[in-house]
Amino acid sequence: MHWSTIIYCGIITYLTRFSMIFVLKEDILNVKTKKVLSYVPSAIFPAIIFPPVFLDNTGSLDFENNPKILAAILAIIVGYISRSILTTMFAGLISYWFLIFVYYQ
Amino acid sequence: MNKKLKTLTKGIIDVSPLMIPVVPFGIIFGVIGMELGLSAYMTFGMSVIIFGGASQIVLLQLFSGGASSLVTITSVSAVNSRHLLYGAVFSEYLSHLKLLWKMILSYILIDQAFAVSNTYFKKNKQNEFKHYHLLGAGFTCWSVWQISTILGIVLGSVVPEELGLGFTISLTFIALLVNDFRNLRNIIVMLVSGVVATIGYNIIPFQAYIIVAALSALLVATLLTLINLKRK
Repeated sequence: MHWSTIIYCGIITYLTRFSMIFVLKEDILNVKTKKVLSYVPSAIFPAIIFPPVFLDNTGSLDFENNPKILAAILAIIVGYISRSILTTMFAGLISYWFLIFVYYQ
Repeated sequence: MNKKLKTLTKGIIDVSPLMIPVVPFGIIFGVIGMELGLSAYMTFGMSVIIFGGASQIVLLQLFSGGASSLVTITSVSAVNSRHLLYGAVFSEYLSHLKLLWKMILSYILIDQAFAVSNTYFKKNKQNEFKHYHLLGAGFTCWSVWQISTILGIVLGSVVPEELGLGFTISLTFIALLVNDFRNLRNIIVMLVSGVVATIGYNIIPFQAYIIVAALSALLVATLLTLINLKRK
């Protein structure tokens, strides 16, 4: 990792926050654009979530004896019911630890 | 208490409950940065320079996969594109401010601060010092994020690798989506993104799978939005 990469990412992150406040006098994004932008987390986070959960170290699909899939499903169910970020994280982590330290031992 | 201080304090109080999940997120970021072999300065530097949890974790993940700077920077831009929405929504409340104010508030305009200050701005359009609310909320987030990053950096050297904390990256992002699990269109968008990324992981060169998956999913999101608007 280079400092330059971190600095570029910092500048880009800053510009996405600053640009609209700086340029616009009032909110000009139309309903359609806003709706699509509101999907950004749903469109990006799964791309970060899925590969490390479903793929093993060699990059092939790993469905058998994969504690990550089970723990992730459990976290999603708990998230669906509780709608709490913290409860979801802990449910996932505790079930993951149970699976790797108790169940698969 | 004068009005500025009152509004500032209100911002701090409003955002505080949202800080609870930020603490473990920051700690995880610090721990993983150290586990990947980054220096403490670099890990902490990311939190100060970038100040965006999702962006920083994506940066770490792509770094560990050996992605190029160009792909990394493009992916981070994609993650950040949602901020355009925040800026656009806030522009009507902040357009009268001096440039320096706009520059400071932009640095701290993160998800949690947007959420609480947006609610406050809508209800308090008349308050001429309403931007102090965002200042209070934003700097609360900033302080909590920096402190928890440092905690993670310290813990990073003692947490054993067997705990499998790498999995907490996936968990954190699952948790950040909890409010979208009840909407069918969001679920469709999520599945497109996840499946394209998983298949693309081995096929798409330069670790560009996050960008390709995100663009495919946003295309589907656009189509779903158009279909839905037509129906109305």
